[in-house]
Amino acid sequence: MLQTIKAVAVAGVFGLFGAATAQAVEVRAGVLRVDYPAMLPISRFDLRPDDLGLAGALLADEDNSTTGRFLGHTYETVTQVAAPEGASDALAAMLADGVRLVVLAADGPDTVALADQAAAAGALVLNAGARDNALRDEACRANMLHISPSNNMSADAVAQFAMWKKWPRWVLIEGSNPADQELAASYRRAAAKFGAKIVEERVFEDTGGSRRTDSGHVLVQRQLPTFMQGLDKHDVVMAADGTDYFAAYLPYHLWDPRPVMGSAGLRPVSFHAGNETWGATQFQNRFEALTGRYSQEVDYQVWLALRVIGEAVTRTASNDPATLRDYMLGDEFELAAFKGQKVTFRNWNGQMRQPILLYDSRITVSVSPQDGFLHQVSPLDTLGLDRPESRCTAFD
Amino acid sequence: MKSLLTSTALILLTASGAMAGKAFVSNERGNTVTVIDTDSWTVETEFAAGNRPRGITLSPDGSLLYVCASDDDTVRVFNSETYEELYTLPSGPDPELFTMHPSGNPLYIANEDDNLVTVTDTESHTILAEIPVGVEPEGMAISPDSAFVVNTSETTNMAHFISTADYEIKHNILVDQRPRYVEYTRDGKRLFVSSEIGGTVSVIDIAEDGTPTLSKKIGFEVAGVLPEWLQPVGVRVTDDGSRIFVALGPANRVAVIDGESLEVVDYILVGQRVWQMAFTPDQKYLLTTNGNSNDITVIDVAKEKAIQSIQVGQQPWGVVVTPN
Repeated sequence: MLQTIKAVAVAGVFGLFGAATAQAVEVRAGVLRVDYPAMLPISRFDLRPDDLGLAGALLADEDNSTTGRFLGHTYETVTQVAAPEGASDALAAMLADGVRLVVLAADGPDTVALADQAAAAGALVLNAGARDNALRDEACRANMLHISPSNNMSADAVAQFAMWKKWPRWVLIEGSNPADQELAASYRRAAAKFGAKIVEERVFEDTGGSRRTDSGHVLVQRQLPTFMQGLDKHDVVMAADGTDYFAAYLPYHLWDPRPVMGSAGLRPVSFHAGNETWGATQFQNRFEALTGRYSQEVDYQVWLALRVIGEAVTRTASNDPATLRDYMLGDEFELAAFKGQKVTFRNWNGQMRQPILLYDSRITVSVSPQDGFLHQVSPLDTLGLDRPESRCTAFD
Repeated sequence: MKSLLTSTALILLTASGAMAGKAFVSNERGNTVTVIDTDSWTVETEFAAGNRPRGITLSPDGSLLYVCASDDDTVRVFNSETYEELYTLPSGPDPELFTMHPSGNPLYIANEDDNLVTVTDTESHTILAEIPVGVEPEGMAISPDSAFVVNTSETTNMAHFISTADYEIKHNILVDQRPRYVEYTRDGKRLFVSSEIGGTVSVIDIAEDGTPTLSKKIGFEVAGVLPEWLQPVGVRVTDDGSRIFVALGPANRVAVIDGESLEVVDYILVGQRVWQMAFTPDQKYLLTTNGNSNDITVIDVAKEKAIQSIQVGQQPWGVVVTPN
């Protein structure tokens, strides 16, 4: 049956070219994922599939090509996975191959370095991985747009929900790694921004090798409550664990019974496989039919990055990176992304404006921005760095 | 209590006779169809209609009720008097919305999951054609002269003009994000395409030779409602073309647009997440499905006022009213 449909589709293509007045445009994009050595995740649900992110590219190519065939536009996306030390060479090979539209899923420092390498070749980079705030701020780059939300956006999304609930007294539990510390800084900033009070902070030291397996929960059950003992009166526990080594254990192992938010409990995500509002069921169905697994955030972000490219190509009939970038950052750009409202870009730092889903690992509990948080440009700009505080000058 | 209600409803049905107008409402989450008497505006009954019923229509004589049972990958056909399921029609996967040829045959169905429009013969119960369209096909309409079927694709953001003669796409018009619904004026010279996420209704004019041109986009503005929630979905045009009604989804309002100036003249407050709409045959009333408040709103068309709401099943989606 599938075979037949494909054949019909191809016949359709040739039928259409005759009638179409559009000009042929070939769009070649690249997706580069950089894999870092990491410990096993706490939950095996979080094991990294081999095709993480790349699967999103596959789906985006199908979606873009379906649209493209009505306009004479073709899409081809090459994908590559590299170790950190091989990332630069992998990008160089893509650029040498003529790719000028690059989607990256790497850490913050590598994303900046690769964006600079791409800039030298006149290529546009879409960041579908790194959430570092600096990339949207002082380390921003004119050729780098951000699809993934920043840590600040994610923390603001959680903070708004806590404030909407009238839970303003927080305890902040942070990890000791740099990624945990950056996340903790985002929660501190969010507390100040929305009027929450952090009554106490504690650092849960990463002593290495703390993954609890087998009967590990026995120790967790005895150790964590004492760690959480004697805190000032609080409404919520905010967890800042960017390296996934302790936060997952917090719920149910506190001293005082309180909800956990942030890196465990109620988590801010760009997307999740249980989401089916705003037509997302169609995305999930297409993704699962294509890959045989559930979608993850990086899959969605890579898909969205390539859909941004596809939308810009559709509207401009161009594959020129500069033309596409101008369109993406312009007033005309808008894109439906299964989040209930259009996504657009902040033209002063290249960050995509988007709602953030608050997820309990099963359902969408809420979506931020919350009702009542207003902004002169868009309620979405209540999430993350705002223009007046931005040190980004690359877009001036 | 429930059986009592049903028997009361049956008596009412017998008493009011076959000529009474009925509205059928598909309840997406309740997996049912609610039947409403359009004289008394009361619920007559509710019957099971398969999994995730969405698109709903009637045969030209009103005797057959067609329901897209999206999660069953089929169109279910019911007797509109007895509510007995008669048979199913092959629809292709995930049928969402459809439009019927004025003769009652064939049915043109949007397959949201498969980027296809399926043409189904309502008499032989066979598929006549599968037409590849854009990503997530949804809105469907047939031109009054039956020459074209128009389909909108939600992720491709196009209106595809499919010739009913050879099933080839003759024209594609790009519109704003997530086009949901298409509605022709009665003279066939113009059509309206709602874009849910774009927040606009595109006005497409049809030239003498049939060529469509995008001539205007209508935007919406309601004091106190964030622009993001003004999401046009269902569209209905009066037979005389003087008024265009647009359901604005989570804004809980129906916009009233003047057919001449194409300016919005009013917003009518209705139930929550207003989705699809249908006129009564005399066009005195317009019914809206309100997905989140589980009711329908009855609008007095001449007065442009909501006059009544009627509780229906869970998450009402589509509505159709029996012809005269």
